[in-house]
Amino acid sequence: MGDGDTWPLAADRDDPPALSVRRLSKRFGDRVAFEDVSFDVGRGEVFGFLGPNGAGKTTTVRALGTLIAPTSGSATVAGWPLEPENGMEIRRRIAVMPESPGLYLRLSVLENLELFADLYELADPRDRIERSLRAMDLTGRARDACGILSKGLRQRVALARALLGEPEVLFLDEPTAGLDPVAAREVHELIVGLRQRGVTIFLTTHRLEEAERLCDRVAILNTTLRSIGRPDELRDRLFARTLTVRTAAPLDAPDRVFGGLQAIEGWREDGRAHYVLAASDPDGAAPGVTRALVAAGADVLSITESRRSLEDVYLELIDGDVEAGPR
Amino acid sequence: MRMSGRRIRAVVRKELREYRRHGSVVVATAIFPLIFLIQPLILVFMVPSAGAATLEQWHVLLYMLAIPVLTPAVLAAYAVAGERQQGSLEPVLTTPITTEEFLLGKALSALVPSVGVAYAVYAVFLGCVALFAQPAAAAAVLRPPDIAAQVLLTPLLATFSIWVGIAISTRSSDVRVAQQLCLLADLPVVLVTSLIAFDVIHLTPALGVILIVLPLIADVTGWRIVAPMFDRERLVTGAR
Repeated sequence: MGDGDTWPLAADRDDPPALSVRRLSKRFGDRVAFEDVSFDVGRGEVFGFLGPNGAGKTTTVRALGTLIAPTSGSATVAGWPLEPENGMEIRRRIAVMPESPGLYLRLSVLENLELFADLYELADPRDRIERSLRAMDLTGRARDACGILSKGLRQRVALARALLGEPEVLFLDEPTAGLDPVAAREVHELIVGLRQRGVTIFLTTHRLEEAERLCDRVAILNTTLRSIGRPDELRDRLFARTLTVRTAAPLDAPDRVFGGLQAIEGWREDGRAHYVLAASDPDGAAPGVTRALVAAGADVLSITESRRSLEDVYLELIDGDVEAGPR
Repeated sequence: MRMSGRRIRAVVRKELREYRRHGSVVVATAIFPLIFLIQPLILVFMVPSAGAATLEQWHVLLYMLAIPVLTPAVLAAYAVAGERQQGSLEPVLTTPITTEEFLLGKALSALVPSVGVAYAVYAVFLGCVALFAQPAAAAAVLRPPDIAAQVLLTPLLATFSIWVGIAISTRSSDVRVAQQLCLLADLPVVLVTSLIAFDVIHLTPALGVILIVLPLIADVTGWRIVAPMFDRERLVTGAR
C-alpha cells in the first residue's frame, strides 16, 4: 500500500520537512519502478529506506535527486518543488552519494574535491575542501590518486565530496555495500557524526541492523511503500509484545498462574518449562507475573521481554509480498 | 540561462588532467598526428626535382587536416561513454552543472589539445619542408592560401568532429565502441580532404568557400543537436 493518509508521514519536528513526497510513481514503459510512494522526512532526521533488490530504492533517490523525472505524483526537496525548472536549485541544496562512489580514479583525492567545489561554485573552496578532508579524516591522503585507495577510503572520499556543498539533504545509496565490517563501522560513525551536525540523511540500505542502529525512522519499500515509522513502532505494529518466562521445572497448572493476571492477554507453552505471554505492556506486567510464579512455588530462571528485530519486521512484510506472488 | 564559466573551466581542467594520466588516450592522440605527419614528409622528400610540378597540383597541407578530424574524435568518444563506464557521470549530474556547461566543457577539453597538436604538427612539417626540402618542392607546398586554409579549417573541422564524437558517446555505453564509431563517422570528412589534397576533387574558390561554410554551419547546429541528445535519465538508468 502507499496510502500516505493512514501512516505517520512526518517526523515529530516543527520545521517544514526536508523532503515531502506525495503519491510519487515512476514507470519505465510497462515496468513499475516504484508506485504511489508518500512520506515526509524532517530536517536533521536520518531516514532509512529499506527494500529488496529491484524494490525501487535507487530509482526513488534518483527521482528526488532530479536525475530522472517521476511519472506522477509530487515532491518537495529541500523546500523546492520537484519540477524540471527547479532542478538546479534543488541540486545546489542536496548531495547524492551513489552506491558506487564514482570517483575519478586517475585524479587525486584533492583534485576530485576541487572539481566538485567548482561545480558547486563554492565561495571558499580551499577552506571547504580542508574541512571535508578533516571531517572524513583524509587530510593525509589528499595527494593520493583515488585509484590506489581501498574501497572504504573511496567511500570516505565520496562522503567528503558529498559534504563539500554543505547539503541540506544528503542521499546515501547503500553507503556500506561491499565494505568489510571495519570499513562499514567507519561509515556508520561518519553518519552518526553527520546527524549530530544536523544534516538530513536519506539512507537506502539492505543492512537492517544498520538501519536499526542509525535511522530515526525507516520506510520499507517493495515497489510500493509497505510500512513507515520508527523501528520500534513497526515492531509494535506488526508483532504482539511478549514476555518469555523460563522456569526450572514445568508449571503444574500454568493456566491458573497466568490466566488470572489482568496484564496478560494470553499465553502459550513454547517448549519444556518455557512460556510466552502476550502483554500490551511487558514492563508493567513483569512484576505481577513474577509474584504469581513465586506464589505458585515455581523456581524462576528468567523473565524477559521478547525483542523482535527490524529484520523480523522486514521479513514479515517482504515475505508477505513474495508469498502473494509476482507483483 | 546563465552559463557558469567556472563550472566549464572545472570540467576542462579535470578532463585535461585525466587525459594526461590516461595512457591509451595519450597514445591515441599521438598516433594520428604522427601518421599524418610522416606520410606527407615522405611524399615531399621523395619527390624528384622534376616532380615538383605534381606537388603544385596537390594541396599536401590539406591532407593533414585528418589530424584535427581524427584526434578529437578519440577524445570526444570518451567524453560521456567513459564517464558512464567508470561510474563518475551520476555524481557529476547531481551537482548544479547544466547539460550545456557539461557539454561545452567536454568539447573545449577535446578541442584545445587537438587543435594545439595539429598546429604543432603543421609547424614541424612546414619547418622541415622549408629547411630541408628541395626549393621547388618547398615552393610547391608552402603556399600562403593553403596555409591560411589549414589554419582556418583546423578548428572548424575539429569542432565538427567533437560534436559528432560527443553525440555518439552519449548513445554508447562502451568507450571502445564509441571510438570506433566516431572514427567511422569521420572517415568521409578525411576522404574528402584527402581527395582535395591529391586533386582528385579539384579545389576551386567556390569549393573553398563551401569547405569553410559547411563546417561552420555544422559546428553551430551540432551544439543544438547534441544538447537535447544528452538525456540525463537515459544516461543514468541505461534505459534505451
